[in-house]
Amino acid sequence: MPSDAPESKAELDARFTELYRRHLRDVYTYSYYRIGNHHDAEDITEQTFLQAYRHFERALRESDGRPLRPWLIRIAHNLAANFYRDRSRKPESAIEDAGLISAPHTTEALVEGREELKSILEGVAQLPDDRRNALIMRFALGMDNREIARALDRTDGATKVLLHRAIRQLEDMVSEPAKPVGDDT
Amino acid sequence: MSSGTTDFEALLREALSPVEPPETLTERLEMALISLTELAQDELEAWELKTMRDPRNWVRPAAAVLVGAGAGTALVVLRVRTRHRTRRQQSSTLRELAARTLQDFAEEARRVLPDR
Repeated sequence: MPSDAPESKAELDARFTELYRRHLRDVYTYSYYRIGNHHDAEDITEQTFLQAYRHFERALRESDGRPLRPWLIRIAHNLAANFYRDRSRKPESAIEDAGLISAPHTTEALVEGREELKSILEGVAQLPDDRRNALIMRFALGMDNREIARALDRTDGATKVLLHRAIRQLEDMVSEPAKPVGDDT
Repeated sequence: MSSGTTDFEALLREALSPVEPPETLTERLEMALISLTELAQDELEAWELKTMRDPRNWVRPAAAVLVGAGAGTALVVLRVRTRHRTRRQQSSTLRELAARTLQDFAEEARRVLPDR
């Protein structure tokens, strides 16, 4: 994406269109693995792009030519956090989501008969939020350390440590499924 | 990095495969974005009606027409692009794919740019 500022609204819209086309799947994938069901993942994705459209010009200006995917994922990340916070405030809709992510139905066919993949998904669902989010960004979206750091508002070094610990913890959980999960962040 | 860790990361990548967004979401989202673009254009037009009396502002309406056309065109291209895979699956030859793409462009342009 060009780093120079757009000269017209048409150019701005064209750039947004390009951003949307390139990253719709990323935003949906992130939302889906965060939330654990398609219905709410669709809502988060829609809200992410509508919010991104409203602030796109400023984001372009402030990005200084850097890729905008971390900014986009950060919007989805914040919306997902709000989603959980709002749900905890409303007991009538406090459906237990924790188990849903362990068997996302678009990946049912993929994990069918693959106990190792099932146990990995179950483990991911049990990780502390920051570790789970970092793993989704790395392995589902293919983001590098720098992108993840920008999306999570951390330093590159802290992100590297976060990912390392997340993988180690998940490995331990998968090899010893009965072991209680602790948060040592 | 040990091969055990590498293997585990490969499994993790496989377990967390990217998820394709459903077509219904794509359509809904694109319609919402088109509406936003049109809303921005409507605001521009309201501003123009007030300022048309001043010749110093006559450049602005011409720019608005270009803006609207450009934004709409970008969305037509987007919508046609997103359906490329479906057309490819439906087409047995490149000639057929090209014909379907042209037809899709025409239909989308009629829908998104009705007055142009």
